[in-house]
Amino acid sequence: MSEPEAKKRPGLAVWLPLALFAGFFVLVMFGLFRPANREVSSAMIGKPLPAFDLRPATTDKPGLAVAKFQDGKPKLLNIFASWCIPCAVESPQLAALAAQGVEIDGIAIRDRPADVARFLATNGNPFAAIGADDLSSVQLAIGSSGVPETFVIDGKGIIRYQHIGDIRAEDVSMILGKLKDAGS
Amino acid sequence: MIRRWIVILTLLLAGLQAGPLAAQDLLPPAPYAYKQLPDPAQEAKAQALMETLRCLKCQSQSIADSDAPMAGDMRHQVRTRIAAGEDPEAIRQWLIERYGDYVSYTPQLSSLTWPLFAAPLAFLGLAGLLLRRRFRRSAGAGVRTATPQEKSS
Repeated sequence: MSEPEAKKRPGLAVWLPLALFAGFFVLVMFGLFRPANREVSSAMIGKPLPAFDLRPATTDKPGLAVAKFQDGKPKLLNIFASWCIPCAVESPQLAALAAQGVEIDGIAIRDRPADVARFLATNGNPFAAIGADDLSSVQLAIGSSGVPETFVIDGKGIIRYQHIGDIRAEDVSMILGKLKDAGS
Repeated sequence: MIRRWIVILTLLLAGLQAGPLAAQDLLPPAPYAYKQLPDPAQEAKAQALMETLRCLKCQSQSIADSDAPMAGDMRHQVRTRIAAGEDPEAIRQWLIERYGDYVSYTPQLSSLTWPLFAAPLAFLGLAGLLLRRRFRRSAGAGVRTATPQEKSS
């Protein structure tokens, strides 16, 4: 083509749209292939437990009310269900925590008393009290999105930590540490 | 040999699938999980809200779409609150306070999401500016007579 256009050489600006597109492409690919985190963590950490008063989930343990968490001693609040398989898997770890003197209170989600009793008979009963949450209302109120989940509650009833999924053997010392932090 | 491995792999995958499916409770659904509110206006409000709330169990579905028991419990929660006269956006906020923005399909304006809303405006402004410059230049070019070079090309 003609001379004058060669004189007016396009600057780097010509590459800008392509660079922008490349950047966008990289971003999309990064988002597509990054291992997705499917856990929805509670936004209630640092906030007080909501008010609740649940009937006993089984005959041999009392029900659970929020007042129990305001006695100055940090506790674990375990969200579980008899129909949940990982909940049975974590029972040795809960037993280990209970053996260390940790108070564990449970909330059974959408569960029948007979099923809870059978679950505890099979897997052991580390709980001081178990409330029944038939409409998942307390579960929703504390921002829990599944079973099992374990919350560390400090002595004033403030939620300090949320553990999503079953507690593995290697998590026990970490949970104990979180309880210690909540107590200080 | 390869076929045997495929069979084993398929069985393993089937086993993984069966795990979560077996984990289902036996309690009947919440009263308002599958029952509409008697007042059609309230039900319409509840339905509109439920279609924009994410099911936390099955995260690509709204709670209106999902048959997960937890989604049923969330529908019950939404319907009873609407029946009690609560504003749908207040219910959305209540859930966002517990689960974060992720629970809402309707994007919320926050310190993290404001570029989403600002970017289209910024692009429109930029396009307007560029077009104005372009139009001014071509208007100027229209008045002036063509240079010899332009004639030849």
